[in-house]
Amino acid sequence: MKKHYDLLIIGGGPAGAIAARTAAKAGLSACIVEKRPAIGAPVRCAEGIGIESLAEFVKPDPCFISAEMQRAAIVAPDGTTMILDSESAGGKVGYVLDRKVFDRELVWQAAEAGADVAVKTRASAPIMNDGKVCGATLEFCGTKTDVMADVVVAADGVESKFSKWCGIDTTVPLREIMSSAQYIVTDIDIDPHCTVFCLGNNVAPQGYLWVFPKGDRTANVGIGISGMKSGTGHRAKDYLDRYMAAKFPNGKTIEWIVGGVSVCRPLACTVTDGLIITGDAARVVDPLTGGGIYNAMYTGDLAAKVAIDAIEKGDTSKSALMPYDRQWRESKMGQTIERNYHIKEYMINLTDAKLNAIIQTATSINLKEFSTLQLAKELVKRDPKLLLELAVLKGHIK
Amino acid sequence: MLKVHRDICGYCGCCVSVCKEGALELIDAYLEVGPGCTDCGVCAKACPVGALEVGRE
Ligand SMILES: Cc1cc2nc3c(=O)[nH]c(=O)nc-3n(C[C@H](O)[C@H](O)[C@H](O)COP(=O)(O)OP(=O)(O)OC[C@H]3O[C@@H](n4cnc5c(N)ncnc54)[C@H](O)[C@@H]3O)c2cc1C
Repeated sequence: MKKHYDLLIIGGGPAGAIAARTAAKAGLSACIVEKRPAIGAPVRCAEGIGIESLAEFVKPDPCFISAEMQRAAIVAPDGTTMILDSESAGGKVGYVLDRKVFDRELVWQAAEAGADVAVKTRASAPIMNDGKVCGATLEFCGTKTDVMADVVVAADGVESKFSKWCGIDTTVPLREIMSSAQYIVTDIDIDPHCTVFCLGNNVAPQGYLWVFPKGDRTANVGIGISGMKSGTGHRAKDYLDRYMAAKFPNGKTIEWIVGGVSVCRPLACTVTDGLIITGDAARVVDPLTGGGIYNAMYTGDLAAKVAIDAIEKGDTSKSALMPYDRQWRESKMGQTIERNYHIKEYMINLTDAKLNAIIQTATSINLKEFSTLQLAKELVKRDPKLLLELAVLKGHIK
Repeated sequence: MLKVHRDICGYCGCCVSVCKEGALELIDAYLEVGPGCTDCGVCAKACPVGALEVGRE
């Protein structure tokens, strides 16, 4: 490890790996520090991603793809099931990844491009000079090292602390953390090409339960519920265990996963002097779906691009890094987050009766495109009563 | 005092994200409770598995 890097990247998830890859490819010195001893493990993810989203940053490779998805099923509280089929992309809509392999592949690519990587190495404090972030103190097996950088990229995930240490409030409101649990379950009867989303206040209050296939008879079976709805006897794990007992009593759990997903608005500002905040640390998860892999890669890439530019011009102040904040907000990703935030806020207040009604209406629709936007549009078209209710939303889903 | 039931904790960091005081930190497979903890209990509520306990909850 060097004493100084152009880019010092805290966190070896998709955000950090892509930031390092982009920077290294442009000839900059970059180092990823990852506090865990292994990249990608333990997994904290249901591993779903759209095919186009993936392809934007990495060539799809069977080594990190567990399964291909062709359709999605949305299950209402009363069991009514709406199937969303894809006519586009040759019937393929998404993948369920193997994040252990995927995250490693991304870090490999960064390393191959020339980035340094330090595992089991934790950033334990920022190095500040006159309010500017200029590096980080790194801890490895009891030894502390100060490493300086022109730009530090915080890519430290949902449990991010780095930005907080730099004075930025990253707290996720209790009601907007999806308290999550997931099992990898094998030996179960499933449609191996269909992702399943179950809704309902008794199934997953203010969240959803998912079954994401990872093979013919194996799936990620998981759940996220609002932190506000979580408590003794009714935690994510309790809901999941109930579902498992009812649905897959003979399934074998081969992995036990817990986690948190933020579904709040992104941070008010994602840069400061010498620092860019990316991925889950910036709270840029899609608030409706809880998907954050793509958004992490997108912001990681953009962070590196803006940093490259700033370093070239010799100015890495907050104002020089602001194009990052502006660009992601204006991007399709930023706009989707904003729109889906409103849809999520509407959805979480629906009673089971209303959810049933909506999904019953929707089952009569033949969706051509598989997207939440399309679904919302169709719903508004179909149900005039709903239109009134969605008046608040209308502006956002045009 | 916040108690971490280490036998239950899945060290996922969900609690860290909701801690306003920044009192929690996930150090690899170990959740550390710092001196800033005010026993507010938000983390205990958010925990997906019930690994955290405030005083006599
Ligand atoms: C249960 C669950 C299901 C999900 N399902 C999906 C899904 O199906 N599809 C989807 O797109 N998204 C999903 N997500 C979200 C997705 O996992 C995240 O959005 C994504 O991993 C974010 O990438 P990241 O690089 O920002 O952060 P992470 O992948 O969390 O990486 C951050 C890394 O930083 C490291 N780190 C943290 N602090 C430090 C430090 N101080 N020093 C050094 N290293 C540090 C961590 O160890 C970690 O490896 C899910 C999340 C959960 C919890």
